[in-house]
Amino acid sequence: MADEKKFAGYICTGCGIGERLDAGQLETTAKRDGKLAEVKQHEMLCGKEAIQMIRDDIANEGITHLMLAACSRRAKVEAFTFPEVAISRANLREGVIWLRPDEDDNRETTQEMADDYIRMACAEVKYMNKPVPSGEQELNKTLLVVGGGMTGMTAAVEAAKAGYPVQLVAEEPELGGVWTDLYKRVPFQAAAKDVPNGRDVDLPQPEDPGVETLAAEVAANDKVTVHLNAKITKTSGAPGRFSVDIGTESGGTATENVGAIIQASDYKPYDAGQLPEFAYGKTPDVVTGFELEKLAKEAAGGPIKRPSDGKEVKSVAFIQCAGQRSDKEGHLPYCSGFCCTESIKQAMYFKEQNADCDATVLFDDLRTPGAAGEDFYRAAQQAMVTFSKGKATEVVADGGLKVKFKDLILDEDTELDCDLVVLATGQVPNVGPDPYAQLAVEEAEDEEEKAKAQALLENAPPSILNLDYRQGTDLPQLKHGFVDSHFICFPYETRRTGIYAAGPVRRPMDMKQAMEDAVGATMKAIQAVENAGQGRAAHPRVGDLSYPTFRKEGCTQCKRCTVECPFGAINEDEQKYPLFNESRCRRCGTCMGACPVRVISFENYSIDTVGQQLKNVEVPDEFEEKPRILALACENDAYPALDMAAQAGEELTPWARVIPIRCLGSVSLSWVTDALNSGYDGIVLMGCRRDDDYQCHFVRGSAMAAERMSKVGDTLQSLNLEPERVAIYEVAITDTKRAPQLINDMAETVDKIGMSPFKF
Amino acid sequence: MTEVVATNETILVVGGGISGMTAALEAAETGKQVVLVEKRPYLGGRVSQLYKYFPKLCFPTCGLEINQRRAKMNPNLRVLTMAEVMDIKGEKGSYTASVKLSPRYVNENCTACGDCEKAVETEFDDEYNYGLGKRKGAYLPYRMAHPQRYVLDPNIVETDDGKKAKDACKYDAIDLDMSEETIDFPCGAVIWATGWRPYDAAKIQPYSYDRIANVITSVEFERMADPSGPTGGKLVRPSDGKEARKVAFIQCAGSRDRNYLLHCSRICCMASLKQCTYVSDAYGEDADISVYYIDIRAIDRFEDFYQKVKGIEQVKFIKSKPAAVVADKDGNPVVHGVDTEGYKRFEDTHDLVVLAIGMEPSVDKDDFPVDIQINREGFIEAAPENGGVFAAGCASDALDVNRAAQHATGAALRAIQAVTGAAGVEG
Repeated sequence: MADEKKFAGYICTGCGIGERLDAGQLETTAKRDGKLAEVKQHEMLCGKEAIQMIRDDIANEGITHLMLAACSRRAKVEAFTFPEVAISRANLREGVIWLRPDEDDNRETTQEMADDYIRMACAEVKYMNKPVPSGEQELNKTLLVVGGGMTGMTAAVEAAKAGYPVQLVAEEPELGGVWTDLYKRVPFQAAAKDVPNGRDVDLPQPEDPGVETLAAEVAANDKVTVHLNAKITKTSGAPGRFSVDIGTESGGTATENVGAIIQASDYKPYDAGQLPEFAYGKTPDVVTGFELEKLAKEAAGGPIKRPSDGKEVKSVAFIQCAGQRSDKEGHLPYCSGFCCTESIKQAMYFKEQNADCDATVLFDDLRTPGAAGEDFYRAAQQAMVTFSKGKATEVVADGGLKVKFKDLILDEDTELDCDLVVLATGQVPNVGPDPYAQLAVEEAEDEEEKAKAQALLENAPPSILNLDYRQGTDLPQLKHGFVDSHFICFPYETRRTGIYAAGPVRRPMDMKQAMEDAVGATMKAIQAVENAGQGRAAHPRVGDLSYPTFRKEGCTQCKRCTVECPFGAINEDEQKYPLFNESRCRRCGTCMGACPVRVISFENYSIDTVGQQLKNVEVPDEFEEKPRILALACENDAYPALDMAAQAGEELTPWARVIPIRCLGSVSLSWVTDALNSGYDGIVLMGCRRDDDYQCHFVRGSAMAAERMSKVGDTLQSLNLEPERVAIYEVAITDTKRAPQLINDMAETVDKIGMSPFKF
Repeated sequence: MTEVVATNETILVVGGGISGMTAALEAAETGKQVVLVEKRPYLGGRVSQLYKYFPKLCFPTCGLEINQRRAKMNPNLRVLTMAEVMDIKGEKGSYTASVKLSPRYVNENCTACGDCEKAVETEFDDEYNYGLGKRKGAYLPYRMAHPQRYVLDPNIVETDDGKKAKDACKYDAIDLDMSEETIDFPCGAVIWATGWRPYDAAKIQPYSYDRIANVITSVEFERMADPSGPTGGKLVRPSDGKEARKVAFIQCAGSRDRNYLLHCSRICCMASLKQCTYVSDAYGEDADISVYYIDIRAIDRFEDFYQKVKGIEQVKFIKSKPAAVVADKDGNPVVHGVDTEGYKRFEDTHDLVVLAIGMEPSVDKDDFPVDIQINREGFIEAAPENGGVFAAGCASDALDVNRAAQHATGAALRAIQAVTGAAGVEG
């Protein structure tokens, strides 16, 4: 049976389908137009009996391709799982009868809609194949961890505990990274004992930083290989088969093969030299929080001395948000999230040593979230640290130190004398250059633009990963230079498959969070390794075994696929042909949509699986006055919105034919052209939001589509068609009223401008 | 009898909200066998009841759709709904869990066609909408509920409605004889992801939640903002259905307070900032919004969102922990307090007061099935003595969705370490 395709169709007559539609007619359509040899009806196709019937048919008749006409492909998924065959589903319940009013007047058009969905599903499955792994997959359980700080060390130790070997690369001569100088850390746990109405007895106190302990654990772990004073000079390959060149200070290079990568490059302390208003640099007695840790460590439990004269500090002021939460040039616009508890901890260093030392924290909003955070704040209050809601404006170093500030409670300008000022400065992500800054140089349209892009790039930091990727050397960045991810529900998804960012490189955070973040990133890296080993896709199309292939003889080496892939998955060979890296691919199909010569396809999703659907819709001639509107809807948002519109009893025009697509980015212009040429009267494209707050699960797919579709005007013009016939919208999953309305609007537009002249 | 296939390498996940789902899916997609136990009839937890997420103002159902598709397609994952863990015995690597399954009265034949719902009449308070609306006795908890299967309210089972529901079903999906059962199965690690519940607002007596109809909680307000919610997305006063244009948000309602919850619930500042945009989107220049706060905790990248909301002309921020909310003679809530920036006494009348309600962990501190370290606020602390039990998400601390998902992903690794028993694992 190896290559022989055997098709069968099953039509459900349950849930009102049988009452609302002529099932005999549907069966005839499937046989006559869909060319299915075998078509069966069942009154409850998802029931045990029918499922067994289908299973038996697969086993006994050697069925390889199933067309199931029942409910939405989102419903009854567990029942309709037949892993050994290719399946298409015609959505007769949500897609037809639930969206159409049950009236005699509508019977004919509703039936036509259903017949078309049968034709479409038959056409789709004919061009589908059940995907099988390519054979390219490799299992390599070793993880590369980049960064020797608490984030990286935690990742290494946790991976090892799960049985995965680690190559850890650190730039520094010893482990610890930015945390090396810590005297103590902010406590990880809240108070255990509750004292109703009494004084708290066991509030958390500053604790051992644990850096040395963890470093010793890493060093002693035989599953972890540590490369110190080392940098990554080249990373090539893909999940499951990365090859990494590690350069050492001595000039030697080691090449390691790894399955996945964790970038734990942490942060760089903000350069306080940009804060002259606080006299930083003018006097050694104004220090940053990072520098105070060194002073505290040197004091080793004794009195902290001020740098200028070695005198014991009797009064100290902490200026929160120094150079942060500010739109001034050179300041950080964001909050670094860790500085409030850091200053609390440092104020307690002074109080611990000398209860009479005045420690004042000047803050705007004190941010100590959670149970441990708030308890630690209480601990400082118990230790008599002074918290003052005030905005520091200036530090005057004139013999002593004077902090001028606006007291926000008393609403007056005032000042404070002290021996030492600590600036709670922020974290700057330790990243390489943004790949899209690199692409911008290449894509620049004129010399001026190129020069600008080049200048930006030259100011960028050196690469951390040195990826040998078509789309740049490092992880893409988001706002403020932090790397992916931007998703709320999927915090680890980056645009470089198999490479996970952990710790302050992806958002500012404290040590506890960085260590927890490392555990999660390690989980994802392990998962990536396991999935790559089986040729299965990573999030969000987890488990998908399909992968993109291309017909080389048709390829024009235009490079659009290699540039537009949101995941930088496609490289180019010496002749500029695309080199797909299957395990870097997320199966969104953006490459397929980008390809002007239609040579890219997946076994279960291709130009034909969609193109043949739209071509197999029956387009009545002009005089029947039955327009046809094609809607291509993102399978994750717009399509579910239409399903839920159906549940809610919304109405959809009977002229609509909806096809779910993986991502708007996968839409080929040829589908649009074909549809227009076949006499469709209108086309509605529904994808996800595409700006800074993008909701496209393939990040740039929806944006790419919008860009491409801006050129649809040319096609329309060449066909002498009105521009209104093609519309592209951002649709959210909650748009249960709006999604059908947009399609209905197109029906109205067609009503106004008239039918397409391209009906044959 | 419900059968669950499990071994000592199975991971039990308790709680099917965003944390539990994340932990379960991450482990299952790494090839581990997972049993996910959820008390409600559907997955998604409190996230399913949110209209938008901060700071992107995107829709939680969008990510939920992905997670639900992952759940539907994964053969390694077994989901038990209307199920509660009654007991866990044993130790890391060899636990036995006892799980109580409450009857749904609807079996897996259900096609979610909705005929039973049409047939029944009696209505009940809708828990999904925090009682702001009604649902029938045969119901789908909400449109995207997964499993997509109806539920019968136990109160109709022995009534005419029960019979009507059964008669209306063409698929023999309604089983009025279904009864509670308790099943035992083995597992090697437990991920405790029971999430949180809103603090009981009535306990904060000065804010009159139980006495003034126009004082509501932030979770209720969230349902109101949802176009598929009980008011069709209209922001109105519960007392008279009139538009709520002048809205007060009271921060730390129950949180950071010795009388109620000691901890900072972390999410409430951002949630109120988000809800400010609901009001300003709905009423534009006619909106009049006051946020009473102690500290605005828009941590790290969230600062951008705070600045954005600060830029909305109709929103003002007052540093104050209000002393009381009282009703004026027309039933309008009046917020009393002192603006501590300059010590100005205020007395401000609003259409609606929204209490940014605190997050209370759903961890039963006094009756937890195994010996585990729980702090005084009821959150589970990570500790070696916890054995193979790992908290995920808000069972561990007050976390937002992103941090909960992050934490839960880590919990999945901890559980995998426990069940694989790899060399070098610490005790």
